[in-house]
Amino acid sequence: MAQTLIVNGEARESDSDPDTPLLYVLADELGLKGPRFGCGLAQCGSCSVLVDGVEVRSCVTPVAAVTNARITTLEGLPGLYAEQAGLTDAPELTPLQQAMIDEQAVQCGYCYNGMIVKASELLAANPDPSDAQIVDHMNGHLCRCGTYPRIVAAVRRAARAMNGGAQ
Amino acid sequence: MSARDVRAAFDRRFVLKAGGALVIGFPLAGRALAQGADAAVAENLVRGAQAGPPDAEQIDTWLAINADNSATLYMGYAELGQGTTTALPMVAAEELDLEIGQIDSVQLDTNITPYQGGTYSSASIARGAPGVRRAAAEARQALLAMASEFLAEPVENLSVEGGVVSAVNAPAKVVTYGELVGGRRFDLAFTGAAPVKDPADYRLVGARAARKDMRAKVTGDYAYMQHERMDGMLHARIVRPRGQRAYGDGARVVSLDESSIAGIPGARVLRQGDFIAVAAPREWDAVRAAQMLAVEWAAPERPLPDSADLFARIRESATDDAVIEERGDADAALSDAAFTASFSSECPYQIHAPFAPNCATADVRADSARIVCSSQDIYATRRGVAALIGLAEEQVRVQYREGSGTYGKSCYDDCAQAAALASQLAGAPVRMQFMRWDEHGWDYCGPPHIGEVRIGADADGRITGYAYDGWQHTWSFVETTQQLATGAPAAGWPTGASRSVNPLVCGGMYSIPALRLTDHMLKVEDWLRAGWLRSPLDLAFAFTSEQAVDDLAYQLGMDPVEFRRRNIADDRWLGVLEAAAEAFGWEPRPAADRVQPVVTGRGIGLGTHLASWGGAAAEIAVNRSTGRVRIIRLVGALDAGCVVNPAIVEAQITGQLVQTVGRMLHEEVQLTPGGAASLDWASYPVARFADTPQITPVVVQRIDEPCSGAGEETMAAAAAAIGNAFFDATGKRISSFPMTQNRVLTALNA
Repeated sequence: MAQTLIVNGEARESDSDPDTPLLYVLADELGLKGPRFGCGLAQCGSCSVLVDGVEVRSCVTPVAAVTNARITTLEGLPGLYAEQAGLTDAPELTPLQQAMIDEQAVQCGYCYNGMIVKASELLAANPDPSDAQIVDHMNGHLCRCGTYPRIVAAVRRAARAMNGGAQ
Repeated sequence: MSARDVRAAFDRRFVLKAGGALVIGFPLAGRALAQGADAAVAENLVRGAQAGPPDAEQIDTWLAINADNSATLYMGYAELGQGTTTALPMVAAEELDLEIGQIDSVQLDTNITPYQGGTYSSASIARGAPGVRRAAAEARQALLAMASEFLAEPVENLSVEGGVVSAVNAPAKVVTYGELVGGRRFDLAFTGAAPVKDPADYRLVGARAARKDMRAKVTGDYAYMQHERMDGMLHARIVRPRGQRAYGDGARVVSLDESSIAGIPGARVLRQGDFIAVAAPREWDAVRAAQMLAVEWAAPERPLPDSADLFARIRESATDDAVIEERGDADAALSDAAFTASFSSECPYQIHAPFAPNCATADVRADSARIVCSSQDIYATRRGVAALIGLAEEQVRVQYREGSGTYGKSCYDDCAQAAALASQLAGAPVRMQFMRWDEHGWDYCGPPHIGEVRIGADADGRITGYAYDGWQHTWSFVETTQQLATGAPAAGWPTGASRSVNPLVCGGMYSIPALRLTDHMLKVEDWLRAGWLRSPLDLAFAFTSEQAVDDLAYQLGMDPVEFRRRNIADDRWLGVLEAAAEAFGWEPRPAADRVQPVVTGRGIGLGTHLASWGGAAAEIAVNRSTGRVRIIRLVGALDAGCVVNPAIVEAQITGQLVQTVGRMLHEEVQLTPGGAASLDWASYPVARFADTPQITPVVVQRIDEPCSGAGEETMAAAAAAIGNAFFDATGKRISSFPMTQNRVLTALNA
């Protein structure tokens, strides 16, 4: 049964069963590398995407539930950021992605899809989060390499950059 | 050299070309100037045609110089997230006088990359760098000989910067590596005489540098193993009981009803012996089929204990005992000591639990196979897969792709074997993705441990005697897929480093005249599958031994840092002790206030793995009403000899400390008689953002010393420091981890 999804601003067709989790459509049919399998149980955040700006776990979200929504994956975050910040063109990297590089935060990096998606959700709603707010917002996302301190530092750095402050 | 000089160099080359000088030959290798991209393509086609490992004594095995004056490194160590694809190219760039941006590496491949041993034991730099350094030095020597010929200048008059060779006294005489050999083979064996740089001359090694893989990993461009696809492949899943039984039990199929998945389009059952997998063209159909397939499994023949009975079972089990190190008469020294401390610990099964379950693709044909997986040792994986599917090793090609961090022997070989067998049974390429419960439930666990330690000191605070007895079991040797498919009997690794009491951690940092270390090895088949887990058993050893050391200091009324200082003769151990204490701001003081409901305390600890020297200091808070422990601050100091990239090692220390928080506070495999019951992140909690203390990594740089490993050593020290901080906070010793609320309340009421 064909259905249409709006992914990163483009209409995409899927012929998966309506109860197929969104993750498998994004990864297998659309070939996106951002959302990725981690637990299939909505416990880790590996598969996170934004649906109408809200972070959801695509591994447990049936594709039929999001056919009328705007889905943004890691790949689409620069475009979404440009829209949110009133920029004409999407940057290559969002300030958050740049901050992750500047903090040299990543080790294996597998969890960073979810980390960046979740922190982008936070920064869109709260441009100047405290450390406690960052930790509280991010606490449902796991990183087995233990890069949490640098992720928090990167979110802080990104907030400063987005507010025009010194990086 | 300036940009104009480079330009002049290129102009000169073109002039030479125009003048017919392209035919200039090199006596050394008898070849012409750079041939450009076609040669590079041809070179790449040649690589990979034959089964490896390639000849480690040939420059071409390790390095290619490309026509654009960049270099490609073919190394034998894998990127597991620890930064190897940045640090090892830095080592090569240092010797070749290239910039970091001019060199890249390729993914490991048994038809391409050399064999340097597996990527474990934190040895990427310790064991990987010497081979890479030697190859780069040989290549530099060969390139300088070619440049000498080309520029008509003696080698000693040449200098290199950024792969541009120039004559010291004639700056106009310039040629690049790319012009000399770009895109073609060296065809040169090692001379064994190539000089390596004096560490005093290092420009890159020892300096902080950005990781090469960072950008692709934050944009979503990075291709992980889980993104690998093969043409015409099926999606596959394994079908096993949820949670492994005792290793010796395997899992026996009583009955299987294939009609239970008849309603799923294209779904098939793949079975050999007790190995069962399902495959389907669509991934969700494979997931559903694995869940719906009706299989009846035989009841376990060797029931496991409940978690609560684990240590009682260990104590009553038969063991093979062996004294692994003895000097002097430890018993006499202990009975004569003015002060003695004894301590006994119980440490749980813990698992790797990689953030992403393992994945592998396989295309197995009648006379060849290609396997892509996240193995720590692709050549060992090739051996195991070849035996399982009945091909010669040379017929099997194994290629590495990074998955999520593995922290040791997770299910990568099991998954690679499962993919290979499923492909063979299906007659089609497959992508095998373990589910979360497969990876958690069938992991090669870090074994549990009971440690009993006795230490004695004289009245001056000098340790005189030490005895450590350790109960644990060794690692399992047979992969689960192999065991289920072939009925291969359970077998264990022989005892040895990382599975025996560790002499470096158990008293090894102190000068102790009389010492005895004893292993009590359990029968491997009666317990969970096991393998090396980051800082294997060393958390347990240090947690046990260092608490007894601390207790001795306490009895002597000595500051624990001062007590250790007095008993250490080795500068490297003293160095990390002082570094950790200084970064922590350690000052001698009386025991902490123990009146408040929430008490805080601090602790110091030392530890390592196979090499390197780790020190840590911890500050923790204990809620005496609820039993909740919060780790406030952790300092980890690491002396790993020459640190190639301090920024990467700081990240490694940070990761070690955060993972130690999880292992000390949360991580424990739950057991039931029917099998392991920790199958996901709810039943096997790990450290989260909210658990993360303030972390201070300290790199003790020793640029003139050999590199000695930086991936796990401060974990043992940190586990000890946390244990000691608990005593400082509460006045009670905690003998078991993870420090769950129940365990803490039990310790407080003891």
